[in-house]
Amino acid sequence: MADDDIILSDLSDDELVLQMHDDLYDGLKEEIEEAVNILIERGWTPYDVLTKALVAGMTIVGADFRDGILFVPEVLLAANAMKGGMAILKPLLIETGAPRMGKMVIGTVKGDIHDIGKNLVAMMMEGAGFEVRDLGINNSVEKYLEALEAEKPDILGMSALLTTTMPYMKVVIDTMKEKGMRDDYIVLVGGAPLNEEFGRAIGADAYCRDAAVAVETAKQFVARKHNQAAAL
Amino acid sequence: MTDALSRMLAERDWILLDGATGTNLFNMGLGSGDPPEFWNIEKPDNIRALYRGAVEAGSDLFLTNSFGGNASRLKLHQAQGRVRELNEAAASLGREIADKAGRPVIVAGSVGPTGDIFEPMGTLTHASAVEMFHEQAEGLKAGGADVLWIETISAPEEYRAAAEAARLAGMPWCGTMSFDTAGRTMMGTTSAGMAELVEKLPNPPLAFGANCGVGASDLLRTVLGFVAAGSERPIIAKGNAGIPKYHDGHIHYDGTPELMGEYAVLARDAGVRLIGGCCGTMPEHLRAMREALESRPKGPRPSLETISDALGGFSSASDGTGDDSGPARRERRGGRRG
Repeated sequence: MADDDIILSDLSDDELVLQMHDDLYDGLKEEIEEAVNILIERGWTPYDVLTKALVAGMTIVGADFRDGILFVPEVLLAANAMKGGMAILKPLLIETGAPRMGKMVIGTVKGDIHDIGKNLVAMMMEGAGFEVRDLGINNSVEKYLEALEAEKPDILGMSALLTTTMPYMKVVIDTMKEKGMRDDYIVLVGGAPLNEEFGRAIGADAYCRDAAVAVETAKQFVARKHNQAAAL
Repeated sequence: MTDALSRMLAERDWILLDGATGTNLFNMGLGSGDPPEFWNIEKPDNIRALYRGAVEAGSDLFLTNSFGGNASRLKLHQAQGRVRELNEAAASLGREIADKAGRPVIVAGSVGPTGDIFEPMGTLTHASAVEMFHEQAEGLKAGGADVLWIETISAPEEYRAAAEAARLAGMPWCGTMSFDTAGRTMMGTTSAGMAELVEKLPNPPLAFGANCGVGASDLLRTVLGFVAAGSERPIIAKGNAGIPKYHDGHIHYDGTPELMGEYAVLARDAGVRLIGGCCGTMPEHLRAMREALESRPKGPRPSLETISDALGGFSSASDGTGDDSGPARRERRGGRRG
Protein backbone atom coordinates (compact mmCIF):
# COMPACT_ATOMS: atom_id res chain seq x y z
CA MET A 1 0.00 0.00 0.00
CA ALA A 2 1.22 3.51 -0.82
CA ASP A 3 1.96 6.04 1.93
CA ASP A 4 -1.08 8.16 1.22
CA ASP A 5 -3.57 5.30 1.37
CA ILE A 6 -6.47 6.14 3.63
CA ILE A 7 -8.17 3.81 6.08
CA LEU A 8 -11.76 5.09 6.23
CA SER A 9 -12.43 3.84 9.75
CA ASP A 10 -9.42 5.82 11.06
CA LEU A 11 -10.92 9.15 9.90
CA SER A 12 -12.87 11.49 12.15
CA ASP A 13 -16.52 12.06 11.23
CA ASP A 14 -15.79 15.36 9.51
CA GLU A 15 -12.85 13.96 7.55
CA LEU A 16 -14.82 10.88 6.59
CA VAL A 17 -17.69 12.96 5.20
CA LEU A 18 -15.25 15.01 3.09
CA GLN A 19 -13.61 11.78 1.96
CA MET A 20 -17.05 10.49 0.93
CA HIS A 21 -17.55 13.60 -1.20
CA ASP A 22 -14.28 12.78 -2.97
CA ASP A 23 -15.19 9.13 -3.34
CA LEU A 24 -18.61 9.98 -4.79
CA TYR A 25 -16.91 12.36 -7.21
CA ASP A 26 -14.65 9.52 -8.33
CA GLY A 27 -17.47 6.95 -8.40
CA LEU A 28 -15.97 4.59 -5.81
CA LYS A 29 -18.96 2.47 -4.88
CA GLU A 30 -17.35 0.07 -2.38
CA GLU A 31 -15.75 2.94 -0.47
CA ILE A 32 -19.11 4.71 -0.24
CA GLU A 33 -20.84 1.58 1.03
CA GLU A 34 -18.12 1.08 3.64
CA ALA A 35 -18.26 4.70 4.77
CA VAL A 36 -22.07 4.66 5.06
CA ASN A 37 -21.83 1.62 7.31
CA ILE A 38 -19.14 3.27 9.43
CA LEU A 39 -21.27 6.39 10.00
CA ILE A 40 -24.33 4.30 10.90
CA GLU A 41 -22.23 2.27 13.36
CA ARG A 42 -21.01 5.53 14.89
CA GLY A 43 -24.61 6.39 15.67
CA TRP A 44 -25.41 8.81 12.80
CA THR A 45 -29.07 8.95 11.81
CA PRO A 46 -29.73 7.57 8.32
CA TYR A 47 -31.14 10.99 7.36
CA ASP A 48 -27.91 12.75 8.33
CA VAL A 49 -25.85 10.25 6.34
CA LEU A 50 -28.11 10.82 3.36
CA THR A 51 -28.08 14.63 3.46
CA LYS A 52 -24.62 15.49 4.81
CA ALA A 53 -22.62 12.80 3.03
CA LEU A 54 -24.45 11.56 -0.06
CA VAL A 55 -26.67 14.49 -1.07
CA ALA A 56 -23.95 17.04 -0.34
CA GLY A 57 -21.46 14.97 -2.37
CA MET A 58 -23.83 14.60 -5.30
CA THR A 59 -24.47 18.35 -5.23
CA ILE A 60 -20.78 18.89 -6.02
CA VAL A 61 -21.01 16.33 -8.84
CA GLY A 62 -24.13 18.07 -10.13
CA ALA A 63 -22.50 21.50 -10.09
CA ASP A 64 -19.47 20.27 -12.05
CA PHE A 65 -21.74 18.51 -14.52
CA ARG A 66 -23.72 21.73 -14.98
CA ASP A 67 -20.49 23.66 -15.51
CA GLY A 68 -19.16 21.30 -18.19
CA ILE A 69 -16.38 19.85 -16.02
CA LEU A 70 -17.84 16.38 -15.61
CA PHE A 71 -19.69 14.51 -18.37
CA VAL A 72 -22.15 11.65 -18.54
CA PRO A 73 -19.72 8.76 -17.88
CA GLU A 74 -18.38 10.36 -14.68
CA VAL A 75 -21.86 11.24 -13.46
CA LEU A 76 -23.10 7.71 -14.11
CA LEU A 77 -20.21 6.35 -12.06
CA ALA A 78 -20.91 8.79 -9.22
CA ALA A 79 -24.62 7.95 -9.28
CA ASN A 80 -23.78 4.26 -9.21
CA ALA A 81 -21.63 4.79 -6.10
CA MET A 82 -24.45 6.76 -4.51
CA LYS A 83 -26.89 3.97 -5.30
CA GLY A 84 -24.66 1.58 -3.35
CA GLY A 85 -24.97 3.85 -0.32
CA MET A 86 -28.69 4.37 -0.86
CA ALA A 87 -29.34 0.61 -0.89
CA ILE A 88 -28.04 0.49 2.68
CA LEU A 89 -29.87 3.64 3.77
CA LYS A 90 -33.28 3.08 2.17
CA PRO A 91 -34.70 0.51 4.64
CA LEU A 92 -33.22 2.50 7.56
CA LEU A 93 -34.78 5.75 6.31
CA ILE A 94 -38.21 4.10 6.16
CA GLU A 95 -37.73 2.56 9.62
CA THR A 96 -36.80 5.89 11.17
CA GLY A 97 -39.55 7.85 9.38
CA ALA A 98 -37.08 10.39 7.99
CA PRO A 99 -38.57 13.49 6.30
CA ARG A 100 -39.13 13.23 2.56
CA MET A 101 -38.24 15.77 -0.08
CA GLY A 102 -41.03 14.76 -2.42
CA LYS A 103 -41.89 12.23 -5.06
CA MET A 104 -41.35 12.20 -8.81
CA VAL A 105 -42.68 10.06 -11.64
CA ILE A 106 -40.34 10.21 -14.62
CA GLY A 107 -40.21 8.68 -18.08
CA THR A 108 -39.06 9.13 -21.68
CA VAL A 109 -41.96 9.80 -24.06
CA LYS A 110 -43.48 7.44 -26.61
CA GLY A 111 -41.23 6.58 -29.56
CA ASP A 112 -38.07 7.67 -27.78
CA ILE A 113 -35.59 5.12 -26.56
CA HIS A 114 -33.07 7.65 -25.29
CA ASP A 115 -32.94 7.45 -21.56
CA ILE A 116 -29.45 8.55 -20.64
CA GLY A 117 -30.52 12.04 -19.62
CA LYS A 118 -33.66 10.75 -17.95
CA ASN A 119 -31.63 8.21 -15.95
CA LEU A 120 -29.29 10.95 -14.85
CA VAL A 121 -32.20 13.05 -13.64
CA ALA A 122 -33.68 10.07 -11.77
CA MET A 123 -30.34 9.33 -10.11
CA MET A 124 -29.63 12.95 -9.20
CA MET A 125 -33.15 13.36 -7.82
CA GLU A 126 -32.64 10.28 -5.65
CA GLY A 127 -29.29 11.72 -4.73
CA ALA A 128 -31.11 14.84 -3.57
CA GLY A 129 -33.42 12.78 -1.38
CA PHE A 130 -36.48 12.54 -3.63
CA GLU A 131 -38.43 9.34 -4.08
CA VAL A 132 -38.41 8.48 -7.78
CA ARG A 133 -40.63 6.15 -9.77
CA ASP A 134 -38.93 5.58 -13.14
CA LEU A 135 -41.30 4.51 -15.93
CA GLY A 136 -38.46 3.84 -18.36
CA ILE A 137 -38.69 4.60 -22.08
CA ASN A 138 -41.45 4.77 -24.69
CA ASN A 139 -44.30 5.94 -22.43
CA SER A 140 -47.75 6.58 -23.86
CA VAL A 141 -50.04 9.18 -22.34
CA GLU A 142 -52.03 6.33 -20.76
CA LYS A 143 -48.94 5.02 -18.99
CA TYR A 144 -48.10 8.44 -17.57
CA LEU A 145 -51.66 8.95 -16.30
CA GLU A 146 -51.81 5.50 -14.71
CA ALA A 147 -48.58 6.18 -12.87
CA LEU A 148 -49.82 9.58 -11.67
CA GLU A 149 -52.97 7.92 -10.30
CA ALA A 150 -51.06 5.12 -8.62
CA GLU A 151 -48.09 7.05 -7.25
CA LYS A 152 -49.59 10.46 -6.43
CA PRO A 153 -46.26 12.21 -6.98
CA ASP A 154 -45.49 15.90 -6.58
CA ILE A 155 -43.67 16.03 -9.89
CA LEU A 156 -44.05 14.57 -13.37
CA GLY A 157 -40.83 14.55 -15.39
CA MET A 158 -40.77 13.91 -19.14
CA SER A 159 -37.78 13.54 -21.41
CA ALA A 160 -37.29 13.41 -25.19
CA LEU A 161 -34.13 13.43 -27.24
CA LEU A 162 -35.57 13.46 -30.74
CA THR A 163 -37.23 16.13 -32.83
CA THR A 164 -39.77 13.47 -33.74
CA THR A 165 -40.78 12.72 -30.16
CA MET A 166 -40.60 16.03 -28.30
CA PRO A 167 -44.11 17.21 -29.37
CA TYR A 168 -45.52 14.19 -27.55
CA MET A 169 -44.91 16.00 -24.27
CA LYS A 170 -47.64 18.41 -25.29
CA VAL A 171 -50.01 15.51 -25.95
CA VAL A 172 -49.50 14.37 -22.35
CA ILE A 173 -49.93 17.86 -20.87
CA ASP A 174 -53.02 18.56 -22.99
CA THR A 175 -54.59 15.30 -21.82
CA MET A 176 -53.86 16.23 -18.20
CA LYS A 177 -55.58 19.59 -18.81
CA GLU A 178 -58.63 17.90 -20.36
CA LYS A 179 -58.96 15.71 -17.30
CA GLY A 180 -58.62 18.69 -14.99
CA MET A 181 -55.52 17.29 -13.30
CA ARG A 182 -52.76 19.42 -14.79
CA ASP A 183 -52.52 21.74 -11.80
CA ASP A 184 -52.19 18.87 -9.34
CA TYR A 185 -48.62 18.27 -10.48
CA ILE A 186 -45.38 20.08 -11.14
CA VAL A 187 -44.47 19.21 -14.73
CA LEU A 188 -40.78 19.37 -15.63
CA VAL A 189 -39.46 18.60 -19.12
CA GLY A 190 -35.98 18.06 -20.50
CA GLY A 191 -33.93 16.69 -23.38
CA ALA A 192 -31.27 17.90 -25.79
CA PRO A 193 -33.50 19.49 -28.47
CA LEU A 194 -35.68 21.41 -26.00
CA ASN A 195 -35.37 24.90 -24.58
CA GLU A 196 -37.13 27.15 -22.09
CA GLU A 197 -39.46 28.68 -24.62
CA PHE A 198 -40.53 25.25 -25.84
CA GLY A 199 -41.27 24.18 -22.26
CA ARG A 200 -43.47 27.22 -21.75
CA ALA A 201 -45.24 26.83 -25.09
CA ILE A 202 -46.34 23.27 -24.38
CA GLY A 203 -47.54 24.17 -20.87
CA ALA A 204 -44.84 22.66 -18.66
CA ASP A 205 -43.88 24.37 -15.40
CA ALA A 206 -40.23 24.41 -16.37
CA TYR A 207 -37.64 23.17 -18.83
CA CYS A 208 -34.53 21.79 -17.14
CA ARG A 209 -31.30 22.03 -19.11
CA ASP A 210 -29.62 19.15 -17.29
CA ALA A 211 -29.94 16.86 -14.29
CA ALA A 212 -28.40 19.36 -11.87
CA VAL A 213 -30.82 22.06 -12.96
CA ALA A 214 -33.69 19.56 -12.67
CA VAL A 215 -32.86 18.96 -9.01
CA GLU A 216 -32.61 22.69 -8.24
CA THR A 217 -35.87 23.39 -10.06
CA ALA A 218 -37.68 20.49 -8.37
CA LYS A 219 -36.60 21.72 -4.93
CA GLN A 220 -37.84 25.26 -5.66
CA PHE A 221 -41.21 24.12 -6.98
CA VAL A 222 -41.81 21.65 -4.15
CA ALA A 223 -40.96 24.33 -1.57
CA ARG A 224 -43.35 26.73 -3.28
CA LYS A 225 -46.08 24.06 -3.36
CA HIS A 226 -45.64 23.39 0.35
CA ASN A 227 -45.78 27.12 1.11
CA GLN A 228 -48.98 27.45 -0.89
CA ALA A 229 -50.50 24.47 0.91
CA ALA A 230 -49.56 26.02 4.26
CA ALA A 231 -51.14 29.35 3.27
CA LEU A 232 -54.51 27.78 2.42
CA MET B 1 -12.67 0.64 -57.56
CA THR B 2 -13.63 4.00 -56.16
CA ASP B 3 -17.00 4.79 -54.72
CA ALA B 4 -19.38 7.57 -55.78
CA LEU B 5 -18.58 9.87 -52.86
CA SER B 6 -14.80 9.59 -53.33
CA ARG B 7 -15.25 10.45 -56.99
CA MET B 8 -17.38 13.46 -56.17
CA LEU B 9 -14.92 14.66 -53.53
CA ALA B 10 -12.10 14.39 -56.10
CA GLU B 11 -13.98 16.64 -58.52
CA ARG B 12 -15.61 19.19 -56.26
CA ASP B 13 -14.51 21.76 -53.69
CA TRP B 14 -17.67 21.39 -51.65
CA ILE B 15 -20.73 19.12 -51.63
CA LEU B 16 -24.17 20.22 -50.51
CA LEU B 17 -25.78 17.66 -48.21
CA ASP B 18 -29.45 17.50 -47.25
CA GLY B 19 -31.46 18.92 -44.35
CA ALA B 20 -33.89 17.57 -41.79
CA THR B 21 -35.75 14.28 -42.00
CA GLY B 22 -37.98 14.42 -38.92
CA THR B 23 -39.10 18.03 -39.40
CA ASN B 24 -40.05 17.34 -43.02
CA LEU B 25 -41.95 14.16 -42.19
CA PHE B 26 -43.93 15.91 -39.45
CA ASN B 27 -45.10 18.40 -42.03
CA MET B 28 -46.41 15.43 -44.02
CA GLY B 29 -48.40 14.21 -41.03
CA LEU B 30 -46.11 11.82 -39.16
CA GLY B 31 -47.50 11.34 -35.67
CA SER B 32 -45.31 12.28 -32.73
CA GLY B 33 -43.66 9.17 -31.30
CA ASP B 34 -44.35 7.09 -34.39
CA PRO B 35 -41.36 5.48 -36.09
CA PRO B 36 -40.50 7.32 -39.34
CA GLU B 37 -38.98 4.12 -40.75
CA PHE B 38 -42.39 2.43 -41.11
CA TRP B 39 -43.23 4.95 -43.80
CA ASN B 40 -40.59 3.38 -46.08
CA ILE B 41 -43.14 0.58 -46.55
CA GLU B 42 -46.47 2.19 -45.62
CA LYS B 43 -46.12 5.59 -47.29
CA PRO B 44 -43.31 5.33 -49.83
CA ASP B 45 -44.60 8.36 -51.74
CA ASN B 46 -43.97 10.56 -48.70
CA ILE B 47 -40.41 9.28 -48.47
CA ARG B 48 -39.91 9.85 -52.19
CA ALA B 49 -41.17 13.41 -51.66
CA LEU B 50 -38.74 13.87 -48.76
CA TYR B 51 -35.77 12.77 -50.88
CA ARG B 52 -36.95 14.70 -53.93
CA GLY B 53 -37.30 17.84 -51.82
CA ALA B 54 -33.58 17.77 -51.07
CA VAL B 55 -32.53 16.85 -54.61
CA GLU B 56 -34.66 19.57 -56.19
CA ALA B 57 -33.27 22.12 -53.73
CA GLY B 58 -29.76 21.31 -54.96
CA SER B 59 -28.44 18.65 -52.56
CA ASP B 60 -25.65 16.49 -53.99
CA LEU B 61 -26.17 13.87 -51.32
CA PHE B 62 -29.14 12.92 -49.17
CA LEU B 63 -29.61 10.62 -46.21
CA THR B 64 -32.04 7.73 -46.19
CA ASN B 65 -34.99 7.57 -43.80
CA SER B 66 -33.33 4.99 -41.56
CA PHE B 67 -31.90 6.96 -38.63
CA GLY B 68 -33.73 4.81 -36.06
CA GLY B 69 -33.49 1.63 -38.12
CA ASN B 70 -31.43 -0.48 -35.74
CA ALA B 71 -32.78 -3.41 -33.73
CA SER B 72 -32.53 -1.59 -30.41
CA ARG B 73 -34.58 1.39 -31.59
CA LEU B 74 -37.10 -0.62 -33.63
CA LYS B 75 -37.76 -2.87 -30.64
CA LEU B 76 -39.84 -0.02 -29.17
CA HIS B 77 -42.34 -0.68 -31.91
CA GLN B 78 -41.96 -4.48 -31.84
CA ALA B 79 -40.21 -4.20 -35.20
CA GLN B 80 -36.76 -5.52 -34.29
CA GLY B 81 -37.35 -8.30 -36.85
CA ARG B 82 -37.80 -5.76 -39.67
CA VAL B 83 -34.35 -4.14 -39.67
CA ARG B 84 -33.32 -5.52 -43.05
CA GLU B 85 -36.68 -4.83 -44.71
CA LEU B 86 -37.03 -1.22 -43.49
CA ASN B 87 -33.44 -0.27 -44.30
CA GLU B 88 -33.46 -1.90 -47.69
CA ALA B 89 -36.68 -0.04 -48.53
CA ALA B 90 -35.21 3.27 -47.29
CA ALA B 91 -32.20 2.88 -49.56
CA SER B 92 -33.99 1.56 -52.63
CA LEU B 93 -36.43 4.50 -52.61
CA GLY B 94 -33.35 6.72 -52.36
CA ARG B 95 -31.67 4.94 -55.26
CA GLU B 96 -34.78 5.46 -57.38
CA ILE B 97 -34.85 9.23 -56.73
CA ALA B 98 -31.08 9.69 -57.11
CA ASP B 99 -30.94 7.81 -60.42
CA LYS B 100 -33.68 10.03 -61.85
CA ALA B 101 -31.96 13.27 -60.80
CA GLY B 102 -30.14 13.82 -64.11
CA ARG B 103 -26.89 14.63 -62.28
CA PRO B 104 -24.77 12.69 -59.79
CA VAL B 105 -26.59 12.44 -56.46
CA ILE B 106 -25.33 10.23 -53.68
CA VAL B 107 -27.54 8.03 -51.50
CA ALA B 108 -26.14 7.93 -47.97
CA GLY B 109 -27.55 5.27 -45.67
CA SER B 110 -28.35 6.97 -42.37
CA VAL B 111 -27.36 5.07 -39.22
CA GLY B 112 -28.23 6.68 -35.88
CA PRO B 113 -27.20 5.67 -32.37
CA THR B 114 -28.61 2.59 -30.64
CA GLY B 115 -29.71 4.70 -27.66
CA ASP B 116 -28.00 2.26 -25.29
CA ILE B 117 -25.02 2.89 -23.02
CA PHE B 118 -21.86 0.83 -23.19
CA GLU B 119 -20.80 -1.40 -20.35
CA PRO B 120 -19.73 -1.23 -17.57
CA MET B 121 -22.29 1.55 -16.92
CA GLY B 122 -24.80 0.23 -19.45
CA THR B 123 -25.64 -3.00 -21.21
CA LEU B 124 -24.20 -2.46 -24.67
CA THR B 125 -21.09 -4.44 -25.64
CA HIS B 126 -18.82 -3.80 -28.61
CA ALA B 127 -19.94 -7.10 -30.16
CA SER B 128 -23.67 -6.39 -29.79
CA ALA B 129 -23.30 -2.85 -31.15
CA VAL B 130 -21.32 -4.12 -34.16
CA GLU B 131 -23.96 -6.78 -34.79
CA MET B 132 -26.80 -4.26 -34.75
CA PHE B 133 -25.02 -1.76 -36.99
CA HIS B 134 -23.90 -4.51 -39.37
CA GLU B 135 -27.44 -5.83 -39.74
CA GLN B 136 -28.61 -2.31 -40.62
CA ALA B 137 -25.67 -1.72 -42.98
CA GLU B 138 -26.45 -4.88 -44.95
CA GLY B 139 -30.04 -3.70 -45.44
CA LEU B 140 -28.91 -0.28 -46.67
CA LYS B 141 -26.33 -1.87 -48.96
CA ALA B 142 -28.91 -4.25 -50.45
CA GLY B 143 -31.17 -1.27 -51.17
CA GLY B 144 -28.40 0.46 -53.10
CA ALA B 145 -26.91 3.03 -50.69
CA ASP B 146 -23.60 4.43 -51.97
CA VAL B 147 -22.14 5.10 -48.56
CA LEU B 148 -23.00 4.48 -44.92
CA TRP B 149 -23.65 7.65 -42.94
CA ILE B 150 -23.28 7.26 -39.19
CA GLU B 151 -24.62 10.28 -37.30
CA THR B 152 -25.48 11.87 -33.95
CA ILE B 153 -23.06 9.62 -32.05
CA SER B 154 -21.98 10.59 -28.51
CA ALA B 155 -19.80 7.69 -27.34
CA PRO B 156 -16.41 6.93 -28.94
CA GLU B 157 -17.12 3.21 -28.38
CA GLU B 158 -20.25 3.46 -30.50
CA TYR B 159 -18.37 5.27 -33.28
CA ARG B 160 -15.76 2.49 -33.31
CA ALA B 161 -18.46 -0.19 -33.42
CA ALA B 162 -20.14 1.53 -36.38
CA ALA B 163 -16.78 1.71 -38.18
CA GLU B 164 -16.32 -2.01 -37.75
CA ALA B 165 -19.84 -2.67 -39.04
CA ALA B 166 -19.02 -0.66 -42.18
CA ARG B 167 -15.90 -2.78 -42.67
CA LEU B 168 -17.89 -6.01 -42.26
CA ALA B 169 -20.45 -4.78 -44.79
CA GLY B 170 -17.64 -3.76 -47.16
CA MET B 171 -18.98 -0.22 -47.46
CA PRO B 172 -17.32 3.21 -47.52
CA TRP B 173 -18.59 5.32 -44.65
CA CYS B 174 -18.81 8.77 -43.11
CA GLY B 175 -19.46 9.46 -39.44
CA THR B 176 -20.46 12.49 -37.40
CA MET B 177 -20.88 13.05 -33.68
CA SER B 178 -23.24 15.42 -31.89
CA PHE B 179 -21.52 18.02 -29.71
CA ASP B 180 -24.35 19.21 -27.50
CA THR B 181 -22.88 19.47 -23.98
CA ALA B 182 -20.63 22.48 -23.30
CA GLY B 183 -19.08 22.02 -26.75
CA ARG B 184 -18.43 18.31 -26.25
CA THR B 185 -20.51 15.20 -26.87
CA MET B 186 -22.72 14.04 -24.02
CA MET B 187 -19.98 11.54 -23.17
CA GLY B 188 -17.36 14.29 -22.95
CA THR B 189 -15.57 13.83 -26.32
CA THR B 190 -14.07 17.08 -27.66
CA SER B 191 -13.62 18.01 -31.32
CA ALA B 192 -9.89 17.36 -30.92
CA GLY B 193 -10.65 14.02 -29.29
CA MET B 194 -12.84 12.99 -32.20
CA ALA B 195 -10.22 14.00 -34.79
CA GLU B 196 -7.73 11.76 -32.99
CA LEU B 197 -10.22 8.89 -32.64
CA VAL B 198 -10.96 8.96 -36.37
CA GLU B 199 -7.31 8.68 -37.42
CA LYS B 200 -6.73 5.70 -35.13
CA LEU B 201 -9.45 3.57 -36.72
CA PRO B 202 -8.31 0.62 -38.86
CA ASN B 203 -10.81 1.73 -41.54
CA PRO B 204 -11.12 5.50 -41.20
CA PRO B 205 -14.17 7.21 -42.73
CA LEU B 206 -14.13 9.09 -46.05
CA ALA B 207 -15.16 12.15 -44.07
CA PHE B 208 -15.95 12.97 -40.45
CA GLY B 209 -17.55 15.83 -38.60
CA ALA B 210 -20.43 17.13 -36.51
CA ASN B 211 -24.20 17.16 -36.80
CA CYS B 212 -27.18 18.37 -34.79
CA GLY B 213 -26.09 19.56 -31.35
CA VAL B 214 -27.08 23.02 -30.16
CA GLY B 215 -26.99 25.56 -32.98
CA ALA B 216 -25.06 26.62 -36.04
CA SER B 217 -22.52 28.72 -34.05
CA ASP B 218 -21.56 25.87 -31.73
CA LEU B 219 -21.27 23.53 -34.68
CA LEU B 220 -18.80 25.80 -36.46
CA ARG B 221 -16.75 26.18 -33.28
CA THR B 222 -16.51 22.38 -33.28
CA VAL B 223 -15.35 22.52 -36.93
CA LEU B 224 -12.58 24.98 -36.01
CA GLY B 225 -11.53 22.41 -33.40
CA PHE B 226 -11.24 19.72 -36.10
CA VAL B 227 -9.18 22.05 -38.28
CA ALA B 228 -6.90 23.00 -35.38
CA ALA B 229 -6.30 19.29 -34.75
CA GLY B 230 -4.62 19.24 -38.17
CA SER B 231 -6.86 16.74 -39.90
CA GLU B 232 -6.49 16.41 -43.68
CA ARG B 233 -9.65 14.31 -43.91
CA PRO B 234 -12.73 15.98 -45.45
CA ILE B 235 -14.92 17.55 -42.76
CA ILE B 236 -18.72 17.35 -42.52
CA ALA B 237 -20.96 20.04 -40.99
CA LYS B 238 -24.68 19.43 -40.54
CA GLY B 239 -26.03 22.04 -38.16
CA ASN B 240 -29.57 22.70 -36.97
CA ALA B 241 -31.55 25.59 -38.45
CA GLY B 242 -31.72 27.56 -35.23
CA ILE B 243 -33.60 26.32 -32.20
CA PRO B 244 -37.01 24.60 -31.98
CA LYS B 245 -40.13 26.60 -31.18
CA TYR B 246 -43.67 25.45 -30.82
CA HIS B 247 -46.22 27.05 -33.17
CA ASP B 248 -49.84 26.07 -33.78
CA GLY B 249 -49.38 22.44 -32.92
CA HIS B 250 -46.11 21.79 -34.66
CA ILE B 251 -42.41 22.38 -34.22
CA HIS B 252 -40.76 25.16 -36.12
CA TYR B 253 -37.06 25.99 -36.08
CA ASP B 254 -36.27 29.68 -35.94
CA GLY B 255 -33.27 29.73 -38.31
CA THR B 256 -34.10 31.59 -41.54
CA PRO B 257 -32.89 30.49 -45.00
CA GLU B 258 -30.65 33.61 -45.04
CA LEU B 259 -29.03 32.56 -41.77
CA MET B 260 -28.41 29.04 -43.08
CA GLY B 261 -26.87 30.54 -46.23
CA GLU B 262 -24.53 32.52 -43.99
CA TYR B 263 -23.76 29.37 -42.01
CA ALA B 264 -22.97 27.42 -45.20
CA VAL B 265 -20.49 30.06 -46.41
CA LEU B 266 -18.80 30.26 -42.99
CA ALA B 267 -18.61 26.45 -42.88
CA ARG B 268 -16.92 26.37 -46.28
CA ASP B 269 -14.52 29.16 -45.31
CA ALA B 270 -13.71 27.26 -42.09
CA GLY B 271 -12.60 24.28 -44.18
CA VAL B 272 -15.72 22.12 -44.39
CA ARG B 273 -16.22 20.24 -47.67
CA LEU B 274 -19.49 18.46 -46.94
CA ILE B 275 -22.06 21.07 -45.92
CA GLY B 276 -25.66 20.44 -44.91
CA GLY B 277 -28.29 21.05 -42.27
CA CYS B 278 -29.91 18.96 -39.57
CA CYS B 279 -33.16 19.46 -37.61
CA GLY B 280 -35.35 22.26 -39.00
CA THR B 281 -33.49 22.52 -42.32
CA MET B 282 -36.13 22.54 -45.07
CA PRO B 283 -35.75 22.68 -48.86
CA GLU B 284 -35.94 26.51 -48.81
CA HIS B 285 -32.94 26.56 -46.46
CA LEU B 286 -31.02 24.21 -48.77
CA ARG B 287 -31.78 26.45 -51.74
CA ALA B 288 -30.43 29.47 -49.86
CA MET B 289 -27.33 27.50 -48.88
CA ARG B 290 -26.65 26.40 -52.47
CA GLU B 291 -27.19 29.92 -53.74
CA ALA B 292 -24.85 31.40 -51.12
CA LEU B 293 -22.14 28.81 -51.76
CA GLU B 294 -22.26 29.39 -55.51
CA SER B 295 -22.46 33.17 -55.46
CA ARG B 296 -20.09 34.15 -52.69
CA PRO B 297 -16.32 33.90 -53.11
CA LYS B 298 -14.30 31.90 -50.64
CA GLY B 299 -13.13 34.04 -47.75
CA PRO B 300 -10.56 33.63 -45.00
CA ARG B 301 -11.14 31.14 -42.20
CA PRO B 302 -13.60 32.79 -39.81
CA SER B 303 -12.65 33.52 -36.22
CA LEU B 304 -14.92 32.63 -33.30
CA GLU B 305 -15.92 36.31 -33.20
CA THR B 306 -16.92 36.31 -36.87
CA ILE B 307 -19.02 33.21 -36.29
CA SER B 308 -20.83 34.53 -33.22
CA ASP B 309 -21.40 37.92 -34.87
CA ALA B 310 -23.02 36.26 -37.88
CA LEU B 311 -24.89 33.36 -36.28
CA GLY B 312 -25.30 34.16 -32.59
CA GLY B 313 -23.38 33.35 -29.42
CA PHE B 314 -22.06 30.01 -28.18
CA SER B 315 -23.81 27.82 -25.60
CA SER B 316 -20.72 27.63 -23.36
CA ALA B 317 -17.60 29.71 -22.80
CA SER B 318 -15.22 26.89 -23.69
CA ASP B 319 -15.46 23.67 -25.70
CA GLY B 320 -12.66 21.86 -23.92
CA THR B 321 -10.00 22.40 -26.61
CA GLY B 322 -7.04 24.74 -27.12
CA ASP B 323 -5.29 26.83 -24.47
CA ASP B 324 -8.47 27.69 -22.67
CA SER B 325 -9.68 24.18 -22.05
CA GLY B 326 -12.22 25.30 -19.49
CA PRO B 327 -12.60 24.71 -15.77
CA ALA B 328 -10.67 21.77 -14.36
CA ARG B 329 -11.76 18.76 -12.38
CA ARG B 330 -11.69 19.06 -8.66
CA GLU B 331 -8.55 17.83 -6.88
CA ARG B 332 -8.85 14.96 -4.42
CA ARG B 333 -8.14 15.82 -0.84
CA GLY B 334 -6.23 12.64 -0.13
CA GLY B 335 -4.94 9.59 -1.95
CA ARG B 336 -6.97 6.71 -3.14
CA ARG B 337 -6.91 3.72 -0.86
CA GLY B 338 -5.02 0.64 -2.01
